[in-house]
Amino acid sequence: MSAIPATRAHGPTVPRWHELRTVGMVWERELIRFERNRTRIVTSLSQPLLFLFVLGYGMSTLVGSTGGFDFKKFLFPGIVSMSVVSTAIFSAISIVWDREFGFLREMLVAPVSRASLVTGKTLGGATVAAVQGTIMLVLAPLIGVHLTVALVFEVIGLELVMAVALTAFGVFVASRISRIEGFQVVMQLVLFPMLFLSGALFPLSGLPTWLSVLTRLNPLTYAVAPLRQVVFAVQHVPPVAAARFSATVTLFGYTLPVWLELVMVAAFAGVFFTLAIQGFSRRD
Amino acid sequence: MVELDRAETGTGDRELAPAAVEVEHLTKSFGATRAVNGVSFRVAPGEIFAFLGPNGAGKSTTINMLCTLAAPTGGTARIDGYDVATQPNDVRRRIGLVFQEQTLDDQLTAEENLRFHAVLYGVPHADRRARITRVLELVKLSDRAGDLVSTFSGGMARRLEIARGMLHTPAVLFLDEPTIGLDPQTRALMWDDVSTMRTEEGVTVFLTTHYMDEAEIADRIAIIDHGVIVALGTPEELKAVIGADTVDLHTDDDDRALAGLREAGERVERVAEGVRVFTADGEARVPRLLELVGGGVTSVHVHRPTLEDVFLHYTGREIREDEAPAPLTGRARARRAHRR
Repeated sequence: MSAIPATRAHGPTVPRWHELRTVGMVWERELIRFERNRTRIVTSLSQPLLFLFVLGYGMSTLVGSTGGFDFKKFLFPGIVSMSVVSTAIFSAISIVWDREFGFLREMLVAPVSRASLVTGKTLGGATVAAVQGTIMLVLAPLIGVHLTVALVFEVIGLELVMAVALTAFGVFVASRISRIEGFQVVMQLVLFPMLFLSGALFPLSGLPTWLSVLTRLNPLTYAVAPLRQVVFAVQHVPPVAAARFSATVTLFGYTLPVWLELVMVAAFAGVFFTLAIQGFSRRD
Repeated sequence: MVELDRAETGTGDRELAPAAVEVEHLTKSFGATRAVNGVSFRVAPGEIFAFLGPNGAGKSTTINMLCTLAAPTGGTARIDGYDVATQPNDVRRRIGLVFQEQTLDDQLTAEENLRFHAVLYGVPHADRRARITRVLELVKLSDRAGDLVSTFSGGMARRLEIARGMLHTPAVLFLDEPTIGLDPQTRALMWDDVSTMRTEEGVTVFLTTHYMDEAEIADRIAIIDHGVIVALGTPEELKAVIGADTVDLHTDDDDRALAGLREAGERVERVAEGVRVFTADGEARVPRLLELVGGGVTSVHVHRPTLEDVFLHYTGREIREDEAPAPLTGRARARRAHRR
């Protein structure tokens, strides 16, 4: 028993900000992995691009005259949202991989609270998702969407809110899935319906009642709408286009203001964040 | 359970120090089945303690309870004085864990994996770099610190895990079947690392294994079967229970040899292949035995009791009989553990 080194960490004291540092470290790991996986960054751009250009051009001819306002401009905020949402869910679901490859165990046996782990994971996934969504902004000039510095910051802020909500939701789902096979099921049954029913790809006005109800029940709807509203606010939208491509959501005839939409998204995030912590706190 | 008293309580001066691991009547039931059934033992600081038993004997369930991953349904367990049921975070800070299955992030470098661990285990910021450097040196991986773990061999990854388990200077290092899937050479290197950790860092080592030769490196061994400790002691003590060495002699005339040996006061019996002599220190006594038989010996075989014999003695079967394909079991067990 020679040369017992420096200090024994197992004294009674816990370093200051231990939990906060843990959040930071878990967050950092998400960023390191994101940055290291360049192919994933590129491939996850491909799907939104496909939607933007193929769906965008295809639908433009159907939509007809809108005073020079292109359907692709309407689609653009939706595609940015789509990119954020799928990256957020994908990041969160990587917990299932961590479980399969054992690293989750390394985290769960550490002397830290589950809340710190879930917070770090959620913020990390959300940051990555917001970065991915912001990368999409480079396409804006290609389809004639006008960007200002203030708009970029607004978009990033809204992306973060959306990303936190969706990552928290994804982490919750991951806490209940113990097998990789479950991942595909989640993607098919949750992610795609959520995206298609969110107003990301088509205007929410003038829908049949059943579809209208489904879109209003979808929490993602209230995250996509604010993003589109801030983008539209700095574009020149002719009145005829504004009527056709409504950026707002109405609920029982009441047009929701942005702040209320964000409160709804935050509430959704809070609920699933809490459930996610619970999901990881079980022990037998 | 066999009482090997001295061994049961730890030896001599160690008894003064608080036990590194102290377990009393620990029980874990899953429904009607008792995976662990009233297990009690103490491990002294600095000791290497092995849990030896076949798959499904309750080794991993016990280690999971000691590591706070599973809640006991009865009894108590304390690590370095802290109760696993009521003070899980205090316990976790004081233990290092190496599981059967790898728990590294292979998309991070070795150094990043260690840094992650250091932060989560609250290693003071000022000590972090020095500790990482030191544990990497101890397992001789310093030159690979910046490499992605995905480029590591199974053996290197395992040694990195041992380094990581020691990063926060734990009181007890738990190794759950740590050599599964490793080749013999890598296993030997790994045990060198473990023994380095003990001598250099003074850590207590608690390991589970179903390999007899690995249990031999332990100071004391507990043989567990069907959730119960059936024997506990040093390897020598356990072997002594089996009794003496045996010397089998083939001779031209077994009857004459038997008579001669018996006359000289040896404990002998007739076996199919010849004459069997029970004696202490068989190898040293071979010349004397040959003298007693007085020629005509065609072959001599000395057998020292092994842990395999000990295991057979206590459980009535050989440990390898019910050995399942290891990697599969590990993975499946990991999944089960997570789902709970």
